[in-house]
Amino acid sequence: MKIKSQRDFVAGLAFIVVGLAFAWGATNYSFGSSARPGPGYFPFGLGIILAIIGAVITFEALTIETEDGEPIGDIAWRPLLIILGAVGVFGFLLPRAGMVISIPVLITMASAAAGRIRWLDVVILSVVLTLGSYMAFVRGLDLVIPVWPSFLQ
Amino acid sequence: MDLLQNLALGFETTLTLTNLIYAFMGCLLGTLVGVLPGLGPTATIAMLLPSIYALDATPALIMLAGIYYGSQYGGSTTAILINVPGEAASVVTALDGYQMARQGRAGPALAVSALGSFFAGCVGTIIIAAFAPPLTELAFKFGPAEYFSLMVLGLIGAVVLASGSLIKAVAMIILGLLLGQINTDVISGVPRFSFDVPELSDGINFVVIAMGLFGFGEIIANLGQPAEQREVFTKDVKGLWPSKEDFKESAPAVLRGTVLGSLLGVLPGGGSLLASFASYTLEKKLSPTPEKFGKGAIQGVAGPESANNAGAQTSFIPMLTLGIPPNAVMALMVGAMTIKGIQPGPQVMSSNPELFWGLITSMWIGNLMLVILNLPLIGIWIRLLTVPYRFLFPAILLFCCIGLYTLNNNNFDVYLSVLFGLLGYVFYKLKCEPAPLLLGFILGPMMEENLRRALLLSRGNWGDFVTRPLSATLLGMAVLMLVIMALPNLRRKREEAFQDAE
Repeated sequence: MKIKSQRDFVAGLAFIVVGLAFAWGATNYSFGSSARPGPGYFPFGLGIILAIIGAVITFEALTIETEDGEPIGDIAWRPLLIILGAVGVFGFLLPRAGMVISIPVLITMASAAAGRIRWLDVVILSVVLTLGSYMAFVRGLDLVIPVWPSFLQ
Repeated sequence: MDLLQNLALGFETTLTLTNLIYAFMGCLLGTLVGVLPGLGPTATIAMLLPSIYALDATPALIMLAGIYYGSQYGGSTTAILINVPGEAASVVTALDGYQMARQGRAGPALAVSALGSFFAGCVGTIIIAAFAPPLTELAFKFGPAEYFSLMVLGLIGAVVLASGSLIKAVAMIILGLLLGQINTDVISGVPRFSFDVPELSDGINFVVIAMGLFGFGEIIANLGQPAEQREVFTKDVKGLWPSKEDFKESAPAVLRGTVLGSLLGVLPGGGSLLASFASYTLEKKLSPTPEKFGKGAIQGVAGPESANNAGAQTSFIPMLTLGIPPNAVMALMVGAMTIKGIQPGPQVMSSNPELFWGLITSMWIGNLMLVILNLPLIGIWIRLLTVPYRFLFPAILLFCCIGLYTLNNNNFDVYLSVLFGLLGYVFYKLKCEPAPLLLGFILGPMMEENLRRALLLSRGNWGDFVTRPLSATLLGMAVLMLVIMALPNLRRKREEAFQDAE
């Protein structure tokens, strides 16, 4: 059988897997009865419904004709990995190294995701955003965000 | 008269210097974030939640409300000028507004959108003031079964948020409901789906999902485009004021849009977004020259803009009277009320009258401020947009990250958002729209609690949902909505099938 819509086929399968996973997970909690529903009642029901809908989507992806086969298309690996990596690194660095280090690192990494790094832009943006964040969030809104690396304090 | 007395109490509260300043700050911030694509009112309010601990409840809510309708104004500005809707409800405005801008008529488009919004906002405020009390009476008749049915209706309404496939939108709602199940069960106290991670047993913060799916997902998708398609394009705005003919053409559209918006805004889930779509369809149907739509018809800007603002206003009604948030921003407002120790729901009107009426009158004041703010400042908003995307996106990324960290002063939320950013990109690639998921996630725990309480009360009888008149009406409306939405879909598919057979 030929897949008529690649996107819907993958989405449908994913819904089936996630739905079944939640339903299976819900069996760890007491199901109760209709008169006294337990903590597993609602997620089990929802999981099953999601799996059924996923099956319908998969079925439609195999049967309903589309113009171009609805391909998933190229995946933008570079921005995907670099942007998400930058956020992860920022989360790791902020409590340890403070804003003065983690913000420039985030800006540099993010700029790399857009293509060639323009160092002048990165430096200007880092200085402006670090100072701006300090003024707005730490001084202005009084949020508790580490500013300097912990070993300096 | 009660209404006048109440409004007087409201104005007394609103017209203090502090509250006026906070209303102004809210409007200004709202307009600003509405103009910035990628930083919506939801993210802004989420970022500001920690800082409102220091404020009193009334100024805090007035400011949040200001951000909300300010962003509705700002969103239309970018939609018209650069074809980038700053927030979801201005998607429709972009259709004709941008075409007007290309014909050098950006001024009239912006002015009509601001004035139409102001008119709609005024009407919306009066409607809230007049109808909130009787609706509150109704709210006291709501039992768990009715709440459950209302939420079903709201979620079905959320399907409208998705422009693509109906069934995928339903699947996304259920996925959202399931993500809402990652928490500690309210009734039995059992932690569910937490994999022994203590942070997960409190449930995932809504902001983490919103920033991951919308903020990061959008940035990655944008950067995936070739560089020349990323740059935002600007044009000089010449001539601010609409001509007499423009006024004549747009006035009836504004009126119809306002009525439509006020009605649809009350429905949980649909709100202003549904209203702007409906108004555009209506204007196109009524116009003697429907072929002009999509090519710069001023009615196509005036109608949806008024509808969207009226809807934004009346969507406060379910929040204020029932404590049910009709959309993500309202959910955050409910959160803010809880932070300030106010239990949202029908009792707010009697227990905190100055807050309730102050908020309502502040909406009118806020709308006035927005017109004054927007008309002359249009030029400045455009300059902000000339900032190249390569400067804009690192800044957006940074604001999101700081917002995430400050949720709990903990980097766990930052890590979790990476996961949702990945998921956001997957959804983008699979054309699964994330907005319905978010609403499902917000309503999930409430829906479960009410379902289980209703079943407890009825001793496990599911029939209660259709035999109780109020609950049955709500479910009936939900089914009707689903059928109406499915119909054109069915027709199209049948046509396809017929073409294949030939």
